[in-house]
Amino acid sequence: MSRARDWFVSAAVLVLGRGKKRPRGPERERIVPLEPPSPRAELAVVGLLFAAALFAVAFIVVYALDRLPHQTQLLGVALGLSLACLAAAFIVVAKRLVPEEQLEEDYTVAHPAASDEIAQLVDESSDRLTRKRLIVVAAGAAGSALGLAAITPALSLGPALDPSVLRRTPWEAGRRLVDQRGRPLRADDIEFKTFYTAFPERADREEMGAPLVVVRLDPAALALPQGRDGWAPAGILAYSKICTHAGCAVALFRTPLFPPAEPKPALVCPCHYSTFDPAAGGAVLFGPAGRPLPQLPLRIGYGGVLEAAGNFSGPVGPAWWGVRMGEAT
Amino acid sequence: MIRGLVHRLDERTASSPFLKKALRYVFPDHWSFLLGEVALYAFIVLVATGIYLTFFFVPSTNVVVYHGEYAPLQGQEMTEAYRSVLDISLRVKAGLLIRQTHHWAANVFVAAIVIHMIRIFFTGAFRKPRELTYLIGVLMLFLALLEGYVGYSLADDLLSGMGLAIGYSVALSLPFIGANLALLIWGAPFPGDPSFWPRMYIAHVLIFPVLIGTLLTAHLVLVASRHHTQFRERWTTERRVRGTPMFPGQAPRSLGLMAAVAALLFLLGGLVQINPIWLWGPYHVSDATNGAQPDWYLGWLIGALRLTPGFDVTIGDYTLVPNPFWGGVLFPLIVFFFLVSWPFLERRVTGDRAFHNLLDRPRDAPWRTAIGAAFVTWVFLVFLAGAADRASVFFGLSYTAQIWAFRVLIWVIPILVLFATKRACDELLRIERAETVRHAAEAET
Repeated sequence: MSRARDWFVSAAVLVLGRGKKRPRGPERERIVPLEPPSPRAELAVVGLLFAAALFAVAFIVVYALDRLPHQTQLLGVALGLSLACLAAAFIVVAKRLVPEEQLEEDYTVAHPAASDEIAQLVDESSDRLTRKRLIVVAAGAAGSALGLAAITPALSLGPALDPSVLRRTPWEAGRRLVDQRGRPLRADDIEFKTFYTAFPERADREEMGAPLVVVRLDPAALALPQGRDGWAPAGILAYSKICTHAGCAVALFRTPLFPPAEPKPALVCPCHYSTFDPAAGGAVLFGPAGRPLPQLPLRIGYGGVLEAAGNFSGPVGPAWWGVRMGEAT
Repeated sequence: MIRGLVHRLDERTASSPFLKKALRYVFPDHWSFLLGEVALYAFIVLVATGIYLTFFFVPSTNVVVYHGEYAPLQGQEMTEAYRSVLDISLRVKAGLLIRQTHHWAANVFVAAIVIHMIRIFFTGAFRKPRELTYLIGVLMLFLALLEGYVGYSLADDLLSGMGLAIGYSVALSLPFIGANLALLIWGAPFPGDPSFWPRMYIAHVLIFPVLIGTLLTAHLVLVASRHHTQFRERWTTERRVRGTPMFPGQAPRSLGLMAAVAALLFLLGGLVQINPIWLWGPYHVSDATNGAQPDWYLGWLIGALRLTPGFDVTIGDYTLVPNPFWGGVLFPLIVFFFLVSWPFLERRVTGDRAFHNLLDRPRDAPWRTAIGAAFVTWVFLVFLAGAADRASVFFGLSYTAQIWAFRVLIWVIPILVLFATKRACDELLRIERAETVRHAAEAET
């Protein structure tokens, strides 16, 4: 009991007792003005710093405990409050414990004399040269050629000189359509008012030329461009799933529940809301896309399975300078 | 003890004269001068939390099957990069706190830079002799945007993949060189060569941070060598700077601000969820989700991409300039061109070649303030248009109608703001002049 009292008394003395200033030797002119002490502010700073220490310890404790619910939140609160107490301590110091000073200083100005001297120095140093212009030209040639040489290896980063790789797709006549799990997609399974994502059988799915969006519309409502007769057997249409605007997947299908009053079916990209008309060969209805969605000709193969009857009607995905419509390889 | 330490240090480094000067360096007092410091401290938190994240992140697109803590993704195919971010979030102790703090710090970093720049612009602090400091700041803003974009792309969740697809399309849309450039950066047609992920990673953790750090140092050296600007008061002049010395006055304030910024960021990181990537799932080229929004500082670009009417520049069957160029390249180019060229444009028009250490109040330069306000409004409206799909969900407004309205309003409202601001500045100055005259008259009688 008395031990506890001793501890308490010593702690109180430590916190509340004020140290005596030791004499500093001979009196000198002060740099920083002398202001009266502010015991309450000092006490506040001490309290805040101890609180900061306490929250920091709490952070360590919370970290050490296993499988605590809301551990992330508690860790954040402990560290955040510790730093907040530290911030408050600094602010009390700045506002109450640091001597108030306003100093003045000259803004720096230009140094015309020194600048002139540098110019003269450079000028005179080249006095031995008789063909300055020629040297400048030669140095320029060396500099730019070396610069070009230095960046030439960057061409190894990718097939930059052969953009034709951008046109490649895995589709060709006879390649079957499969779903996400790799099961062949049968024409009978394709229902109205929904859409399916399809992939080429036995090919890389993670390239822009691969994924398709497949929908079924009333064959009578189709108005496909010329030359696409027979591309949509039983009203089943396949389009590239990659938006021709900015390369996102066309992952939304708008279908009217009450056709007389609602807009017609459309494929929509959720990135910038380019809207394509599946009944009209993927024509753009709204949004920033500049090209129609490329259509893949379909046919119904052995066992009623959907398969490609050729390649896309145009290049897949976002466009680039010089890309031509109607050209996928 | 201090005396001994300082003496020993000076004997080894001869630094006392410099140190003495640095400790008494004068800071003019105004709260708005702290905005740049907020950005600096957010950057420090970014570096500290970022280093921690590198100990766990795996920059690889190798496909693995997930068998971690998060049940809904069990057995799914994903890249090692995405799995490592899932593990940082759900398995590494304190990992989620650090990751979320890092993400929040990035958002606060860019916000602080933007607000700081707005302050600099409207007070004319970019004028001679501080054009270079300003230009370095603009360059840092550009790098910060790029750094943030690459950062959240690295996680390889569904949203980051969609963002990369858009970035790829924007690169592809550049006239002449688009296809070549995109293939160089990605190494192969999208989603790119396996080496693309390590490329992004080294850019995010080394190249961009070192560039930003170097420019930051140059920025601060230039600020210090020319001294801080100050507002026009009775006791300030163009020739002398007046304020609190670095030590002892300014140091605790600045350290307090640093601790406060860090406190805010860790509280946000602990309490306010940001980018819960386990909910988005892994990215596949064939997947996309509705309601996707980038981090706030890219909102202006998604707005511009969405507002652009649907057209490519074509000759016959050939595409020349694809659509993403307008919103993704031209629009930010115009914005940055405006920011970079303004100090020179203003000097050209006003013919003012003097040194300026005293700041303008916004009203003191009515045309600058009016044009700046119109410009900020223009960019902000495009930014708002980027959220039209959310407004459509929350308020039931037709998306198409909103886009058409924005296509008109982004041009009309800035013009109104231009003239309203000009008028407001002129009126404020007129009232002030009348007051001065009245005071002078009163003093005489």
